[in-house]
Amino acid sequence: MKRWLIAFLMLLLGRGQKPRQLPPPDPVLDAEPPRSPGSELLVVVLLLGAAAAAIVFVVVYALSANTQLLGLSMGGALVLLAAVFYVIAKRLVPQAESDEPYPQLIHQPEQEEVARTFEESASRLTRKRLLVVAAGTAGTALAVAVVTPLASLGPILDTDRLYRSPWSRGRRLVDAAGKPLKAGEVIERSLFSAFPEGADPKDLAAPIVLVRVEGDDLDLPEGRENWAPGGIVAYSKICTHAACAVSLYRAPLNEPTAPKPALICPCHFSTFDPAKGAEVLFGPAGRPLPQLPLEVDGDGYLVAGGDFSGPVGPAWWGVRKR
Amino acid sequence: MLRASLVLLAALVLVPSAAADGRQLYLEGCASCHGVDARGIEGRGPDLHGAGAAAADFYLSTGRMPLAEPTDQPLRADPEYSRGEIDQLVAYIGSLGGPPIPDVHPEQGSVSQGLELFSENCAGCHHMTAAGGIVTNVVAPSIWGATPTQVAEAIRVGPYVMPHFGAGRIDDAELNSLVSYVELTKNPDDRGGWALGHVGPVPEGMVAWLLAGAVLVLVARVIGNRAR
Repeated sequence: MKRWLIAFLMLLLGRGQKPRQLPPPDPVLDAEPPRSPGSELLVVVLLLGAAAAAIVFVVVYALSANTQLLGLSMGGALVLLAAVFYVIAKRLVPQAESDEPYPQLIHQPEQEEVARTFEESASRLTRKRLLVVAAGTAGTALAVAVVTPLASLGPILDTDRLYRSPWSRGRRLVDAAGKPLKAGEVIERSLFSAFPEGADPKDLAAPIVLVRVEGDDLDLPEGRENWAPGGIVAYSKICTHAACAVSLYRAPLNEPTAPKPALICPCHFSTFDPAKGAEVLFGPAGRPLPQLPLEVDGDGYLVAGGDFSGPVGPAWWGVRKR
Repeated sequence: MLRASLVLLAALVLVPSAAADGRQLYLEGCASCHGVDARGIEGRGPDLHGAGAAAADFYLSTGRMPLAEPTDQPLRADPEYSRGEIDQLVAYIGSLGGPPIPDVHPEQGSVSQGLELFSENCAGCHHMTAAGGIVTNVVAPSIWGATPTQVAEAIRVGPYVMPHFGAGRIDDAELNSLVSYVELTKNPDDRGGWALGHVGPVPEGMVAWLLAGAVLVLVARVIGNRAR
C-alpha cells in the first residue's frame, strides 16, 4: 500500500516535466515525404470500413443468422483489412534497397578443421557391410508393411469363402425389416429385395432381388425349369461387375412400345434380363447375376430351393473354375 | 342429410355426363392408339380397362399423353387439354375400372421416413436429389416439376417403365412421407447460397475453397514484387 502511494506521488511529480530533449539522430533513410498525404486518410477510411463490416456481422448474427450475409460481412471486413496492409506497405512504409557485402572469411583454419572433422566422422564405421544389410532389412520390412493392407482386397490362397453363401434349401426369404415374404405379395412390375431369414444381411451373398416375370416370357437356362414358382425369379443383388447393389428395374407398362424388362445396376448401367437367367444385355458386367432357386412352402412363404447358380459378386481369377 | 343427398344426386347426374363428354374427347384424341373400345391396339397403345383415374390424370395432367409416336418415351410437357377436359377424360377412363386418384397429404408425412423410402425405392433411378437420371435406353425424369398428387399417382401406377408400388409395399401414410420428401427436394435449404445440384454443403464449401485459393494466388501475383 505504501509503495503504491509513493509510486503515485512520483507519477504526479513527474507530470508536467518535459523529458530531456535528445538531439534527433541523423535519419538512416533518405528523408522522403509521403507520396501523397491522402494515403493516411485512405488507411483510416479502410479501417473504419472494416470496423463497420465487423459490426454488420454482429448485427446479422443477432437478427437473422443468414449464412450468406454473415460470410459477406466477415469476408468484407477481412478484405478491407488486407487492403489496409497493402496501402501501408506500398505507400507509407519507405521503400529502399540496401545491400551489405559478406565480410571476408576470417576463420579459415577453423573451417578446414570442421571439414576434416566431417570427413573423419565416418571412420568409426568399420562394419559397413553389416550396416548396409541392416538398413536393407529395415527398408524391406517397411516396404512389406506398406504393401500388407493389399491383403484386404480379397483372399489370395483360400478362395473358398468367396463361394460361401448363407442360402440353403428351405431357408425363408425375409424383407429388410425381417418379415417373411409371401409369394402372393410379389406383384408384377415391382422390384423386391429380400434376405435369408436369421442370417447376417451384410454378408455379400445375402441380399437378393425378386421380380415376377409374366409366364410366357420366362426363358431360363436349362436345368432351372423349377426355379421360378409362379414366374417369381430371384437373383443376387450384388452386381457381377463391381459389386454395386442392383436397384433399378425397368418394368414396361406396355411392352410392345417400350424397352423390355431389365434389372440394372446404377453404377455402370450393367443391364440384365430377368426372364433369361439375368443374361447380360448391356454394360460392363462379364457374367449373369447368380440365380437363387425358389420354392413356396405350405404356408405360401417363399423359401430358397438351394444355393446360387454361381459365385456371388464381382469376378476374380477363379470365378469360372467351378 | 339433405345436403348429403343433394351431393349424391349431383354425383349421379354429373359424373355420368362428365364421363360421356370424356368419351367424346377420348374418341377424338386417344382412340387412334388405344382403340375405340379402349381395349388397346397391339403395338400402339395398351388396354385402358383397369388403368384407372390415377393413370389417366397422371398422363394427361403432366402432358405425357397424347403421344406423337406410340414408341416415343412419354415425357413431361405442357398439358394438351384444359383442366376441365382432363377431368372429363379422367372420369371416362375411371369409369372403365382401376385405381382412383390417390388422396395425398404431404403435410402429414415424415420427411425422414420419406428419405428412407426414397433412398430404398426411388433413388436408384431418380437420384437422391430427385433430379432424375438415366436407365438403360430410357430417361428417368426429374421429379421437381411434379405436384404431390402426380408423384403419388406415379408411385401407384408406375408409368412407362417405372415399377409400381401398391399399398402392400408403400401404404398411404408412407406415401405421404415419400411425397413430403419429394416436396423438400424441390426447394431444399441451400445454406451455402449456391446450390450446385442441391447435393449439400460439402461440395459448396469445396468449390468456395478452390475459387478463393485461385483468387488469393492472383492477388499475391498482382501486389507482390519479384525478388531480383
